[in-house]
Amino acid sequence: MKQGSVYLQDISRGIVKENPVFRLLLGMCPVLGVTAYLINGIGMGLAATVVLIASNVVIASLKDYIPTRVRIPCFIVVIATFVTIIEMMLKAYQPVLYEALGVFVPLIVVNCIILARAESFASKKPVLRSFFDGLGIGLGFTIALALLSLVREVFGQGTLFGPDPDKIIYVFGLNFEAMGLFAQPAGAFIALGLLLALTNVIFKKFKID
Amino acid sequence: MEKILSIIFIYILVDNFVLQRFFGICPFLGVSRKLETAIGMSMAVVFVMTMATLVTWLLNSFILTPFNLAYLQIVTFILVIASLVQLVETMLRKISPTLYQGLGIFLPLITTNCAVMAVALLAVRQEFILIEAIVFGISASLGFSLALIIMAGIRERLELAAIPGPFRGSAITLITAGILSLAFLGFKGMLTL
Repeated sequence: MKQGSVYLQDISRGIVKENPVFRLLLGMCPVLGVTAYLINGIGMGLAATVVLIASNVVIASLKDYIPTRVRIPCFIVVIATFVTIIEMMLKAYQPVLYEALGVFVPLIVVNCIILARAESFASKKPVLRSFFDGLGIGLGFTIALALLSLVREVFGQGTLFGPDPDKIIYVFGLNFEAMGLFAQPAGAFIALGLLLALTNVIFKKFKID
Repeated sequence: MEKILSIIFIYILVDNFVLQRFFGICPFLGVSRKLETAIGMSMAVVFVMTMATLVTWLLNSFILTPFNLAYLQIVTFILVIASLVQLVETMLRKISPTLYQGLGIFLPLITTNCAVMAVALLAVRQEFILIEAIVFGISASLGFSLALIIMAGIRERLELAAIPGPFRGSAITLITAGILSLAFLGFKGMLTL
């Protein structure tokens, strides 16, 4: 029972208290770069989650064999390997998503949140806890991306689940004049700023810190 | 020649790496609090980005492509960048200890600056020739520096402003960046490659 609650805490900490986007402000490039459509946002979040879990587990199991002085290059090579795997998988099985995410897929390797978790958590804690930490942080990242891309797609395009014409839903009907600003890069910054202010209010109200 | 000039113009103003492409947001938000550190960071990034484009381009054209090792791109590029950052760190500690102190944690973090990795990857993906790749590296890093330095200037003023509670800190910084990005939107469509 007590064991289980530690794992639950590891997961929930990543989603709420140490949410990588809303609390730590780490790994912001893909957050702003791929969130024009909800599908892309969720795809990016899940890809990063897989890399995060895999690298956390491998680094936690190798931590006793990695010399402290060269640990950062070792971590980076582990992360880069998993990013290469994910890139190949996406290219093979999800070519549309792969095209839409573009250069941001290989850029997962320089996502600070992954290296930060390797350095501050996985290199010190046991394997199973590192797994759940990776899962929690990854989910927190995915939720943040989903929220931002939801706002941006609904207001900026007036659609949901686009741009695929088979799945697209016109939220406000076909005649809706979309707020183009939210689809633009400037809108990404502004929407994220507003979401951050909103989470600040919510966190203050429920006294989470 | 024409292409070189348009690369310079596009990657400094039209397709600014930070404000239009979202590469290098972490240092953009992290080290833009003081003008002085922003300038120091910019110089370090210009050096690392230019060298990184040069080295990765050479590696890619003369080793990875001829031997069909393109799938090793991510691993090799990140190792090149990490060693370059290490070099800059050692040099700075010797030449300017004050700047070294000021940059603090953000100096080793240039390794995880997406802008550096992005410039290396894009130079290969867009099939630039060597001279174009170098110019691309320099102009992209100058575009990054431009955005960073403007932002630092604005944030020094922002310190004195009365900002509503929930917006204090990173929220107002992001909205300021949004307005800055809106201004750069004016260049959009002026030139394409």
